[in-house]
Amino acid sequence: MHTSQIIVELTVLVLAIFVGFEVISKVPTMLHTPLMSGTNAIHGIVLVGAIVVAGLPHQSTWIRIVALAAVALGTMNVVGGFVVTDRMLGMFRRRVPVRDSGPVEGVRGNREVSPTNPEVPDEPE
Amino acid sequence: MSRSDAIGLAYLVTIIAFILALRFLSSPTTAPLGNRIGALGMAIAIGATFAQAGLHNYWSILIVMLVSAPIGAYAARAVKMTAMPQMVALFNGVGGGAAALVALSDFHQVAPEPGRIKADVGISIMLSALIGSVSFAGSLVAFGKLQELISGRPIVYPGQKLVNGALLAALLVLAIVVLAGQQRQTLVIALLCGALLFGVLFVLPIGGADMPVVISLLNAFTGLAAAATGFVLHNNVLIVSGMLVGASGTLLTMLMGRAMNRSLANVLFGAFGQVVAGTAGAAAGVDGASVRSATAEDVAVMLAYAKKVVVVPGYGLAVAQAQHDVRTLADLLEQRGVEVTYAIHPVAGRMPGHMNVLLAEANVPYPQLKEMDEANPEFPRTDVALVIGANDVVNPDARSNAGSPIYGMPILNVDESKQVVVLKRSMNPGFAGIDNPLFLNPRTVMLFGDAKDSVEKLIGSVKNV
Repeated sequence: MHTSQIIVELTVLVLAIFVGFEVISKVPTMLHTPLMSGTNAIHGIVLVGAIVVAGLPHQSTWIRIVALAAVALGTMNVVGGFVVTDRMLGMFRRRVPVRDSGPVEGVRGNREVSPTNPEVPDEPE
Repeated sequence: MSRSDAIGLAYLVTIIAFILALRFLSSPTTAPLGNRIGALGMAIAIGATFAQAGLHNYWSILIVMLVSAPIGAYAARAVKMTAMPQMVALFNGVGGGAAALVALSDFHQVAPEPGRIKADVGISIMLSALIGSVSFAGSLVAFGKLQELISGRPIVYPGQKLVNGALLAALLVLAIVVLAGQQRQTLVIALLCGALLFGVLFVLPIGGADMPVVISLLNAFTGLAAAATGFVLHNNVLIVSGMLVGASGTLLTMLMGRAMNRSLANVLFGAFGQVVAGTAGAAAGVDGASVRSATAEDVAVMLAYAKKVVVVPGYGLAVAQAQHDVRTLADLLEQRGVEVTYAIHPVAGRMPGHMNVLLAEANVPYPQLKEMDEANPEFPRTDVALVIGANDVVNPDARSNAGSPIYGMPILNVDESKQVVVLKRSMNPGFAGIDNPLFLNPRTVMLFGDAKDSVEKLIGSVKNV
């Protein structure tokens, strides 16, 4: 007996749903936003679909433009999505705060901050 | 091994990478690595797709990608951290748009055949086109609301539920007509346009403060659209990845709603039939009361002689980029023996975690940041609650006024403190567009001005006390 393609695809779909739920089930509130951004980047996989469709032969010019537009949008989703997520996560890096130990001269490399001379915020990237 | 098997294996690696990425993104220490793994998986999938046999228009595709990638990267890099939420909305939107366009273009491929389209492919195309378009348009509206290009207030009109319902029904009928054999491209384009309209109408009545939940939902939608595209193209990586996002996005949306103690239905449809708050009657305060305005010197004295101060940050803090000044003020107070902590409401700012990120940037020590459940019991013994640019999350109407749109949302009970100081630009309503009786409370004083300015003045004044 040979399982038809659609049944295999449905099986895969159901498994994917369970995995999706499981993996997200215990995320702390603080990480909701980066997680949303991360999943946003992952659904950029639609770019693969756009490439496939744009790569089909014998298309009218109009449809070729539509398909290439899909490639453009998909690419922006992918690149933008991962970069934004990376920036957000960069803010969560644990930094060691210096409070009562007096001014720490020029230790910028360790990202330590003197309490009397707050670090000038450097715009991320 | 055949080429398509090899590509299939590559796609499998991608799937594993995405699952790991989501797993790692759920924990702060492993999250950055998770994102990189996800990006690597994506790169593998894209590379494998190019290796496909019989791929035409190779160069056009590549050139379009090489032009679009820097645009996306630039947009993602150049935007300020406070504008992150709307950027997520934007990138989500283009993803949805891509799915819809893939559906349109694929329809053109399968339609010329005589007779009907195969059911599974046809249904998938329709779903992908509909959901993708709704997500695209809805995301743009969400972007507009967060960027304050469109009003953040819920835009409601009589009969709105009916109009939206009717539109949705019409779209479904149209889809069925196309599937039943009327394979006219014009119909499909009409479907896309109708879905775009629906996307706009769906998001318009939702208040700006709820946009994060909406974006999360639209994010899940785009995932579903991607999965549908996978059914059309018989492509496993699309089905799995799309569904991963669809499922996790849906769960995340529900978790976000729970953090606001509101059901998803309330968030999406809550503005309908609401008594529009914002008039004097809704803010049931003391008759004839007006707000008490204070100077920085007054507040400085209050702060300097307090034993315990709780800072309540909100969006206004982020906009004014005052987090470093707040840190300085806190340090000054601590040197005088004042206990300073920060109470972070789960949806303070534009997105969950917004305030944590901002204060982390200012090197505020983690132990001083208190989540809502930890912070609330401490307010009765707090001398001064310093509310900086926060509004809805400290609005007592959420506890007591059943007519309020935010009723039921758990808030920070700052009105239980001995004194409350509110730093605010003006008396304009907050993002949810409603009045806040906290401002009329006898224990509250207002310090008007930009948060950064005000905090700088406070720093100067505290030094002189």
